[in-house]
Amino acid sequence: MSDEPYKYGFSTAVEAVTLGRGLTEDTVRAISAARNEPAFLLKFRLKAFALFQKMKEPEWAHVTYPPIDYQNIQYFSAHKSAANSKPTYNSIDEVPPEILETFAKLGIPLDEQRRLSGVAVDAVFDSVSIATTHQQKLYDAGVIFCSFSEAVHQFPALIERWLGSVVPVADNYFAALNSAVFSDGSFVYIPPFTRCPLELSTYFRINNTDAGQFERTLIIADEGAYVSYLEGCTAPQSSKHQLHAAVVELVTLDRAEIKYSTVQNWYAGDKETGEGGVYNFVTKRGACRGVNSKISWTQVETGSAITWKYPSCILQGDGSIGEFYSVALTNGHMQADTGTKMIHLGKNTRSTIISKGIAADVSTNVYRGLVQIQRNAAGARNYTSCDSMLVGKRCEAHTYPYVDVQRADAVVEHEASTSKLSEDQLFYFRSRGISQEDALQAIVSGFCKDVLDVLPLEFAAEARKLLTLKLENSVG
Amino acid sequence: MLVLDNLKVAVGDTNILNGFSLTVGAGEVHALMGPNGSGKTTLGRALAGHPAYTVSGRAEFMGRDLLTLDPETRANLGLFVSWQYPVEVPGVANAEFLRLAYNAKAKSSGKPEIAIKDFPPFLVQKIAESQVPPDYADRMLNAGMSGGQKKRNEILQLHVLEPTLAVLDETDSGLDIDALKSVAAAINAYRRADRSVILITHFQRLLDLVKPDRIHVLGQGRILHSGGPELAAKLERDGYDWIIRG
Repeated sequence: MSDEPYKYGFSTAVEAVTLGRGLTEDTVRAISAARNEPAFLLKFRLKAFALFQKMKEPEWAHVTYPPIDYQNIQYFSAHKSAANSKPTYNSIDEVPPEILETFAKLGIPLDEQRRLSGVAVDAVFDSVSIATTHQQKLYDAGVIFCSFSEAVHQFPALIERWLGSVVPVADNYFAALNSAVFSDGSFVYIPPFTRCPLELSTYFRINNTDAGQFERTLIIADEGAYVSYLEGCTAPQSSKHQLHAAVVELVTLDRAEIKYSTVQNWYAGDKETGEGGVYNFVTKRGACRGVNSKISWTQVETGSAITWKYPSCILQGDGSIGEFYSVALTNGHMQADTGTKMIHLGKNTRSTIISKGIAADVSTNVYRGLVQIQRNAAGARNYTSCDSMLVGKRCEAHTYPYVDVQRADAVVEHEASTSKLSEDQLFYFRSRGISQEDALQAIVSGFCKDVLDVLPLEFAAEARKLLTLKLENSVG
Repeated sequence: MLVLDNLKVAVGDTNILNGFSLTVGAGEVHALMGPNGSGKTTLGRALAGHPAYTVSGRAEFMGRDLLTLDPETRANLGLFVSWQYPVEVPGVANAEFLRLAYNAKAKSSGKPEIAIKDFPPFLVQKIAESQVPPDYADRMLNAGMSGGQKKRNEILQLHVLEPTLAVLDETDSGLDIDALKSVAAAINAYRRADRSVILITHFQRLLDLVKPDRIHVLGQGRILHSGGPELAAKLERDGYDWIIRG
């Protein structure tokens, strides 16, 4: 079973237009020019680049990797037809068939007529958004869901107002890099008192194995609005490391709610040698700006050679709620350092953190989280539960909970546990007639239940299968 | 039903069973006794197909060569081996486990599987039959259970799965007096003309409650002595020494 290939490891032959390798101010200007961007955005990028040059790559995470040569990465890769100064396609008919085929192979048909489910999809192939489905239905509801580059041209005021408002350009090394060179991503705006009629989904695909992927996602839920958003990720199998440094910003105004779910399955590198795989260095943060607003992060992390990711909530509005539900599975040589930050600023703010780490083979699985109750956050509460499951004897699980409480009336609870998935457990199931596959699925689903239960239904089934498949290769 | 002939079981380089032979017919109850470390538990686990053992010789169950079958096939064929120390599986509900096991067996024998919604009433009935407390329907799979509770949980599994042959490994140890009576009653309730039992035990008190047809004493990796039910009292009085020393 150990040679079970990464199912999404194929790559597509597409003629690409790239900027060549290297990162200078000229690269940044060229990216902006290629996308025909307004002046404010170029300014934003240049400021980020200037700060990026003064910053150092963070070293505090519990991960090790050889130094990244940032000059040896292609910062822009677009398939030929999209690169002719045209940021997006007007209709699905303009999309090169080999790219549509790629998404069909991934189980993401972009042809609206054939899509039965109530999910609108934005597909991002390397650096460029390919197609956004169900556009009309969303526009009728007043919802904006389009590629980031399209939004830059059609809704520049919204972009200028909100971009960088949650993750400042110099927030951290990778966020600064992203702010300088990001190419595309998704933009969502839900108008006041609107419940988005569809689940929104962005599907990210790295195809060019020499290019980094730096996408940008911005979601604004205006007063009383609600949206559920899901992202999925895959990449071709490559012996080289690919850098993925994304930034996601969420904003909820009064009584608004955003539910953001991720199923991440980037190529994790060779299971035996650790060669190749995606470096997933991502900054995700949501700001509950409005009163009684809510941001809920759910992530199922099953891929990437290295994951460095802390989807966080700034609970600014009084009575706002932040949630973080996470399953992180590492096997082979994977290293994951992931968790969340819950920053309580407003009164009666509440946060919940449920983290499930599963480590197998020689992988390292770290939960790192900060709960901060600031001075004005009267009546703030947090509940944290971190569970780790070890498979085999050579893996590692670590938990680093940071708690910073500046008020006496705060209620902060933390629970943690470590368990082992043993051969004996699997044999126990088998000795009662249950196949190893069903046994694994039952054990993993049981362990991750609290998280899988909050995923949108169809994705929960997919996540369960994905987790089972990955573990099967490790207990085989 | 079960024919074991010259069975050899080894873990790594260590031989644990060496020339073990036993035949169990339909409806029979056999008790397996013997000093600690004589290989009683190994026999059960080897029959169940534990991957740690190297097994040779002949083991035939329901006319099939047991040694060629994987553990789940053996179970679904009607072999049930209870565990001396049942494994804790946190996060998995007892009821879910029982339903999975029931359906795996139903599926492999071409019978209809039971739907999720129909399972609770079925389980309530099985809980009554196996005389375990009603809250076993809501427990986790052995996690958070005491040693005795886990043993009783195995008896619940026995009633849900209704195997043809039950090998019960020291199910009586760790039970209080009342629980022992309930477990014995549940084993007797399971018995039928077409179902057989191998009881592995150290104590006569279980054999007073579940009458065996034959009692075998294990030593040096094989059966050294066999007798009728009256043997239990003699062993209780004189121990194993007289048999081991021959």
